[in-house]
Amino acid sequence: MSSIQIADQIFVLLKHWLVGRVPVSLQPVVGILITVIPIICVFPALFAITTILERKGLGRIQNRYGPNRTGPFGILQPLADGVKALTKEDIIPANADKVVHFFAPVVLVMLVFLAYAVLPMGRNMAAVDLDCGVLFFFAIGSGTEVAVFMAGWSSRNKYALLGAMRAIAQMISYEIPLILSAVAAIMIAGTLNLQQIVTQQAGYSGIFPHWYVFTPWGFAAFLLFIISATAESNRSPFDLPEGESEIIAGYYIEYSGFKFALFFLGEYLGMFSISAIAITLFLGGWAAPFSFLTWVPSWLWFFAKLVTMILCFIWVRGTLPRLRQDQLMNFAWKFMLPMALVVLTSAACWRYTEGWQRWAISFLVVIIPYSWLGHGMMSNRKLEQRKYRFAE
Amino acid sequence: MNLSFLIPAIILLVGAAAANTLRNLVHCVLALTLAFAGFALLYFGLGAEFLGLVQLLVYVGAVAILIAFTVLLTGGGTAGEQTVLSPRWLQGFLLAGAMFLLLGYGISKSRFTAHAATSVRSYPVSLIGDALITSYALPLEMLGVLLTVATIGGVVLAIREPRQASQSVKVDQ
Amino acid sequence: MTSLTLYLLLAALIFAAGLALAVTRRNAILVLAGVELMLNAANLNFLAFWRFGQHPEALIGFLFVMFSIAIAAAEAAIGLALILAVFRQSHTINIDQIEQLKG
Repeated sequence: MSSIQIADQIFVLLKHWLVGRVPVSLQPVVGILITVIPIICVFPALFAITTILERKGLGRIQNRYGPNRTGPFGILQPLADGVKALTKEDIIPANADKVVHFFAPVVLVMLVFLAYAVLPMGRNMAAVDLDCGVLFFFAIGSGTEVAVFMAGWSSRNKYALLGAMRAIAQMISYEIPLILSAVAAIMIAGTLNLQQIVTQQAGYSGIFPHWYVFTPWGFAAFLLFIISATAESNRSPFDLPEGESEIIAGYYIEYSGFKFALFFLGEYLGMFSISAIAITLFLGGWAAPFSFLTWVPSWLWFFAKLVTMILCFIWVRGTLPRLRQDQLMNFAWKFMLPMALVVLTSAACWRYTEGWQRWAISFLVVIIPYSWLGHGMMSNRKLEQRKYRFAE
Repeated sequence: MNLSFLIPAIILLVGAAAANTLRNLVHCVLALTLAFAGFALLYFGLGAEFLGLVQLLVYVGAVAILIAFTVLLTGGGTAGEQTVLSPRWLQGFLLAGAMFLLLGYGISKSRFTAHAATSVRSYPVSLIGDALITSYALPLEMLGVLLTVATIGGVVLAIREPRQASQSVKVDQ
Repeated sequence: MTSLTLYLLLAALIFAAGLALAVTRRNAILVLAGVELMLNAANLNFLAFWRFGQHPEALIGFLFVMFSIAIAAAEAAIGLALILAVFRQSHTINIDQIEQLKG
């Protein structure tokens, strides 16, 4: 094997070598452990790096320094946060339902980690190669709503319950455009298997890749998917359920110490896994962006794309104001759901036409309903020049 | 009787038993969710992975949440004020026991020609898709119509009446 | 005891548990939950016969269960909407107390 291929498949080769050193009866167990343990180590490490990136990034966007006391430029801040979370006293309200209160963060983190099993992180590098991988991901994602309900209800706090109900309503509403926009990519790829969806996008025409995001329906579907993903993981601008200035922390008000850190971990890991699915479905997974760059290992491309998407999430968080609950729900049901159906139609038009017509038809099928719907939503709003400096 | 049957069966039985005997309504709903998850695991064991995932997506992710929301919207299940079981609980349990004995007797007496020796094969999803679009296209379309009707009907049943109507009713009385 | 018999007995047991839930509880929501358990037990029955029967590649039992899951979800939604409507009318979901035809 050439050195490029060795670099690309280095983790797979390492795993096979390690499994080969173990007696035959233990090989299945050791194989599974070797696949699972790196996932459990890498993604929480990425979470730690993301917390410091986010705080510094948000600080810079908001024209202030982020944390810069612990270590040079604040890079030891995650360590300090970890020590704080572990050593803080674990306060449980006296009225709280202890069993459910204990199990809510456990169930959440368990489900979120389970979703990483199908992600193709490189060529031949998915932990489990399921024939229905996309459905697995969405099924596990919908199980996290139960954990949110458990957290909100067991605290016996009306604000926690209110936050939980809002969070669940938001997650359910945005699940539909999420799944429908993923269905557009699945329809064109013809399979639910994530590895095969990536290999279908790994071709090149000239130097340009065949990623689905570079088609009209794919771009629209990618935007819908990303907006729904932001809403699903309760990130700004959709973070009303955990809005810090309104409902303090929403459904995890009554959690302190390590359990709060588990919720935080669960939220960020959920964000990573849904970004990874977006990358797999639309951005070509582990495929290189230009045909002359295929010598770079596939797993490096995957993580580069993942980090870019995380930075975009942080950027959006620092830039856009928060949406109100009714604005959020209106947006989901009256704009995103019809747009998702339009994108499905556009993808279908793409499939059955050829040449330059397919680009034109697909583009028109997306743009015309978009402008109608957008015009309809903004029609009872007049945008004028602002004449005041402060709100009355 | 291998582990892939035993563990989901235990989860299922614990969930169903807990749903029957717990006093707190929300605990019953959570036990029911556990039972649904147990069913999904059993479907995985039977080689129907697609159905197990659909069960998780629909039952655990939607129906359980619906039931939880209804519990919250109808008073939060404040327990302890009344007895949990209906006054005819003994007859109910005896009826369920009799049903189980009847079914068990029927199962043990019948001779199934079970082709149990075949190993579990998971069928590719494309086969399911083909079957749905070609042989089962009519049930699929009817299901679509049914779900539309159910959506509209659910909204009509649960929507709050406009204020003017209820106020005029009060004035009449 | 063959594997098929085990699955059928489990399904029968859960069916009985669902029946007990539906018949002995006072809360209307738990009655609905019992009905859902019974539907799920029947689905398990179908799948067991599909897997251990002849011609599993025809996917008949499989598709039956798929339609059954979808229909059961729709029925749960309607049932819960009904319970909400009844609650608004009589302010209780205790089925022993909802005994008047008027209202």
